[in-house]
Amino acid sequence: MSDVQDYNSSLSDAAQSRKYETFSYLPPLSEESTRAQIQYIVDKGWNPGIEHTEPENAVSNYWYMWKLPMFGETDVDAILGEIENCRKAHPDNHIRLLGFDNFAQSAGTAMVVHRGVSV
Amino acid sequence: MAKTYSAGVKEYRETYWMPEYTPKETDILACFKITPQDGVPREEVAAAVAAESSTGTWTTVWTDLLTDLDYYKGRAYAIEDVPGDDTCFYAFVAYPIDLFEEGSVVNVLTSLVGNVFGFKALRALRLEDIRFPVAYVMTCNGPPQGIQVERDILNKYGRPLLGCTIKPKLGLSAKNYGRACYEGLRGGLDFTKDDENVNSQPFMRWRHRCDFVMEAIHKAEAETGERKGHYLNVTAPTSDEMMKRAEYAKEIGAPIIMHDYLTGGLSANTQLAQWCQDNGMLLHIHRAMHAVLDRNPHHGIHFRVLTKILRLSGGDHLHSGTVVGKLEGDRDATLGWIDTMRDSYIKEDRSRGLFFDQDWGAMPGVIPVASGGIHVWHMPALVSIFGDDSCLQFGGGTLGHPWGNAAGAAANRVAVEACVEARNSGVELEKEGKDILTKAAKHSPELAIAMETWKEIKFEFDTVDKIDVAHK
Repeated sequence: MSDVQDYNSSLSDAAQSRKYETFSYLPPLSEESTRAQIQYIVDKGWNPGIEHTEPENAVSNYWYMWKLPMFGETDVDAILGEIENCRKAHPDNHIRLLGFDNFAQSAGTAMVVHRGVSV
Repeated sequence: MAKTYSAGVKEYRETYWMPEYTPKETDILACFKITPQDGVPREEVAAAVAAESSTGTWTTVWTDLLTDLDYYKGRAYAIEDVPGDDTCFYAFVAYPIDLFEEGSVVNVLTSLVGNVFGFKALRALRLEDIRFPVAYVMTCNGPPQGIQVERDILNKYGRPLLGCTIKPKLGLSAKNYGRACYEGLRGGLDFTKDDENVNSQPFMRWRHRCDFVMEAIHKAEAETGERKGHYLNVTAPTSDEMMKRAEYAKEIGAPIIMHDYLTGGLSANTQLAQWCQDNGMLLHIHRAMHAVLDRNPHHGIHFRVLTKILRLSGGDHLHSGTVVGKLEGDRDATLGWIDTMRDSYIKEDRSRGLFFDQDWGAMPGVIPVASGGIHVWHMPALVSIFGDDSCLQFGGGTLGHPWGNAAGAAANRVAVEACVEARNSGVELEKEGKDILTKAAKHSPELAIAMETWKEIKFEFDTVDKIDVAHK
């Protein structure tokens, strides 16, 4: 059994155990990787949007919208800039980036780009 | 001028072979692959199939003259060679829409694959494809929720869903079974799944299974903060019993239930799908018995037809084959029927086995489920073939992890996310798959050991049922 590694996850250790869907099992996205994901959203023709929440309220469908979805925005730097503005205003919150697909009437993708501290 | 009655046997082609006919937009069209008995002309046997699957019988009857049979009859309107196979040919038949009860795939199949399949003038017969006119599609209830609604219910976007069928498929007690589910879900799976033959046996009655599995879901959700589900199989000996189990699953808060649409039957399936829509439940569909119907290239019903039948009858997930795992499935043909499950309009494409354009109108799509003999090394190919709107299910590939289900689940979750991240960044998955996984494994000991464990397993048998192409 000494070869078997324990799976470290529990109700009590939120920082270790809580996840938030796509890419939350990977290390935090690097800036380069975040750029690539934004470019992907833009290339798909989706509308980028930013939402944030206190980590303890992350299960809700409705995180707080940061401003409005950036309809028609294709400038990766502008989108990165808004993520940064949201982070400065809410440094302890989870921040997720969405790509709204208005044809599917659903998010084409959603990913947490800034991880707050789960409690 | 009125016709006169003359008793006796007429050649079918006099009435049912109409090469000059142009199908109407509202016709149901079918493509049959016919292997005739020796010496029977193609036109005659094609007409016989049209007749026997619609209004005809072997002899003229006086009551034929009380109706307008020329309107109601099926029409064999075209014949084509089968590339690479001289023993058979394709026959195309058009049926007027009012031959069929609205919203009843049961009725459509009873005509199209009924008595005609036992007809003596045929050596073998296969229903290759059906074109359902949008006018008929809109009479069917279809998938209870559809792909986008499922994503909204589960809060999962931009990646394939991950599942796992619990093994051993039979024999576990309900409490041990719930443990296996909990471990998989806490490790990062979105779903666990009852195997198809888990119904309500003496070793694990359905109600205990529901109770223990629901506790597993609740705890894994609290622990990970993510939404989870388990396909509670409500397939039962009677549809009353099926509904009882479905009602209970809803009562305890399960988001998704499961049904076997072929063995359970299409009436039961349609009933359950409508109930799921009314009750906000997702419906996962298993396809036990499909290979009996669809594997023989000369006889039976092609899976692309069974796919369309299910989308009309109703289901949110349907097993589609994996292309890369242990079960049968040609790549191009599989791509053809997974598009048929998901897209709203699919163009005719013979290279993918699609004989007709198919317009689904406003009917939601079905998520294809890739399951059977797949493991982390298949992940880059699976993400590339199936894309985001799919459910990838690793049974042995989760539970067989040397550190257990949670680690096995985490390995698959890390692998799928690494593949999606790479794909979004413009990396070619099938070319760079090994590098992507190797890089991801640096941060995930669970993935590293999974890659080590399944390194050597391959499933490289040729498929039995291929797309018909000239190979002479």
